[in-house]
Amino acid sequence: MRQGPVVGIPGSGEDLVPLQKRIDRRTALGLLAGGAVLGTQATGGCAPLRAESDEAREVRQLAWQEYIKGNYQFMTEEERAETIARLERLATLQRGADVTIRATGAQPGVVFGYAFNISKCKGFRSCVEACINENNLDRRAGTQYIRIFEMEDGEVDFDLADATFQHEVPAEGHFYLGTQCFQCANPPCVRVCPVGATWQEPDGITVVDYDWCIGCRYCMAACPYWARRFNWSAPDVPVPEVNPDQHYLGNRARKPGVVEKCTFCIHRTRQGRLPACVEACPTGARVFGNLLDPDSEIRWVLANKRVFRLKEDLKTEPRFWYFTD
Amino acid sequence: MHLRAFLLTALDSATSGGRRYHLWMGTLTLIMLAGAYAYSVQLRQGLGVTGMSDHVSWGLYISNFTFLVGLAAAAMMLVLPAYVLEDVDFGRAVLLAEGVAVAALVMCLGFVVVDIGNPMGAWHLIPGLGYLNWPRSLLAWDVVVLNGYLALNLAIPFYILYSHYVGRRPAKRRYLPWMYISVMWAVSIHLVTAFLLAGLPARPFWNTALLGPRFLASAFTAGPAFMILLLWFVRRNTTYAISDGAFHKLALITTVAAQINLVMLVSELFYKFYWPTHHGINARYLFLGLDGHRALVPWIWTAIALNVTATIALMIHSIRRNPRWLMPACVTLFVSIWVEKGMGLVIPGFVPSPLGEIVEYTPTWVELGVTAGIWALGLFVLTVLVRVALPIEGGEARSPYLEGAPATRMARPRSARPRRDDTPPVRTR
Repeated sequence: MRQGPVVGIPGSGEDLVPLQKRIDRRTALGLLAGGAVLGTQATGGCAPLRAESDEAREVRQLAWQEYIKGNYQFMTEEERAETIARLERLATLQRGADVTIRATGAQPGVVFGYAFNISKCKGFRSCVEACINENNLDRRAGTQYIRIFEMEDGEVDFDLADATFQHEVPAEGHFYLGTQCFQCANPPCVRVCPVGATWQEPDGITVVDYDWCIGCRYCMAACPYWARRFNWSAPDVPVPEVNPDQHYLGNRARKPGVVEKCTFCIHRTRQGRLPACVEACPTGARVFGNLLDPDSEIRWVLANKRVFRLKEDLKTEPRFWYFTD
Repeated sequence: MHLRAFLLTALDSATSGGRRYHLWMGTLTLIMLAGAYAYSVQLRQGLGVTGMSDHVSWGLYISNFTFLVGLAAAAMMLVLPAYVLEDVDFGRAVLLAEGVAVAALVMCLGFVVVDIGNPMGAWHLIPGLGYLNWPRSLLAWDVVVLNGYLALNLAIPFYILYSHYVGRRPAKRRYLPWMYISVMWAVSIHLVTAFLLAGLPARPFWNTALLGPRFLASAFTAGPAFMILLLWFVRRNTTYAISDGAFHKLALITTVAAQINLVMLVSELFYKFYWPTHHGINARYLFLGLDGHRALVPWIWTAIALNVTATIALMIHSIRRNPRWLMPACVTLFVSIWVEKGMGLVIPGFVPSPLGEIVEYTPTWVELGVTAGIWALGLFVLTVLVRVALPIEGGEARSPYLEGAPATRMARPRSARPRRDDTPPVRTR
């Protein structure tokens, strides 16, 4: 059972919080809640505490501290560093994966924007594949952030479009339109979250704290662009395929039962790189850049092309535009 | 010491009864155990064992949740006349209505808990300890109003029952203000739950001003219909007297609410089908099917047929006033609204998806098992509450510490309580 380590705690309070500077109210109440956890998961089949190895003990303690930690939004820099250290260590202990998790914040003077050239996209879906690999998406469930709709020439009508096409592309008489999270400036998904587990960063990227999400899926109902995905079961990424370059708010390991979404490859773009989908596109249909930089390519597209966005009537203000040559 | 005796009497009332009573409670317990097993499968393997998907991300659980919020809210239809308007007919039934509210809320909270993917993180909702995104998130509102309503519906009946138990008259100034609050609160729980769905521009099927009022109308149909059935059962199987007036008034409330509900249904159908737009596509899927996908079509037409039949039947005085017809009509109405709200409200909101993709939904055995388990839990809670309340309200159970009470504490409630087996059924006609 993957979540087994959350279980143990009895007794030894001093062992529990070596990384914690102080035992505040949250911690104390968290400990109390842990008792209930123990009760409900007693059938989890944990080995007798005496017999456990040092490693199992460490996993147990780390998992417990992870369980009682707060919302990333409200953590201090110090707390963020601590949880990242724990998560990196857990990745090694539990999966044998050596990963680096960043906490890079939004860079000042940057708001990201995206443009999609409908004339250029040929439906190859190289972007989809790159996204899966880059973002450690669940291979078993076949999770995909990007959806490429094959549409008939003449109208942009999603009701007539097909996103599950399996034939040679480009098909005669069709064009292709890709969707993903549009990083709305006025995101309905953020407003509805009951616990504030999803929010918009200063650079315009809407992120999810996977460890704070309770999995109610209200945000999935609220998204007009069907951009959010849920981990219906424990996500599975074979260790050799894991992308070790990770971000806390991006492509790090997700838990079962929580929501995730496209983050414009936050671990790359905050380092000044392009999202994986942009880099992978063989036709150059994808344009990405800083909306606040007047010399950026995205600004050039917005200034020189006729652009439109999906469902503008909903006033969600997507930062994702479509254009044609 | 009164409190201890009260709890002992309550325990005694809840655990003793005839063979049929034990059979009933035993059956419910078995269903609950089966539900617990199904939930344990879901806990181990994740929500992937349900029929839900990224496309239809809410299913049977949230459907039942929305329906049961209505049932809980409907208790107001008895509370308001009984306490505020001092209606004598409802006076003796009102505690049962509050019991129904408590049982419905227990089921609501149960359905929410089984629906969330990370129930271990539920503490994140607790303000102070976690973070409640109130007032922005309607789900946060729902957490507040549902728990508040549960507290009100536990506290008020407890105060009244306990006062009776210790031989005091409940002081009006102590409970009446809370009564007023609870009446308004009842409207709020259902309105908030409707707003939770109606506030999503992503889902045009729900994003309509009519959703809130329609929720209330259907709740005030199904709720009183259920109350009629419950009161009828109590009347026939115990010595607790419930007047004909109570049935007549409740039947009238049910009928009027059912008519209003149908008017709203017609409005909705007109709006969606007279000039079909893209926003009506979910309604088209629900009522007519879309591209050969017709999973919900038989359900919704069955529900509407049952609903219309029962409503017309109730509009005829001679049928409404005859228990032989009133009871089947109430069952029909209750079932039809459960189907309409259950299958016909939440699920079609997701089909087709906001990007036009059609993925249908069928619940799995795990969902059906968990759902049955939670319903059994609700009926169990309701039975216990009714069982505890009736002897006290009927004046048969009183604190043994009162002056003039029999010396043996346990003997009195046990012997004084009416036995089902030797109670002749009370007939009205």
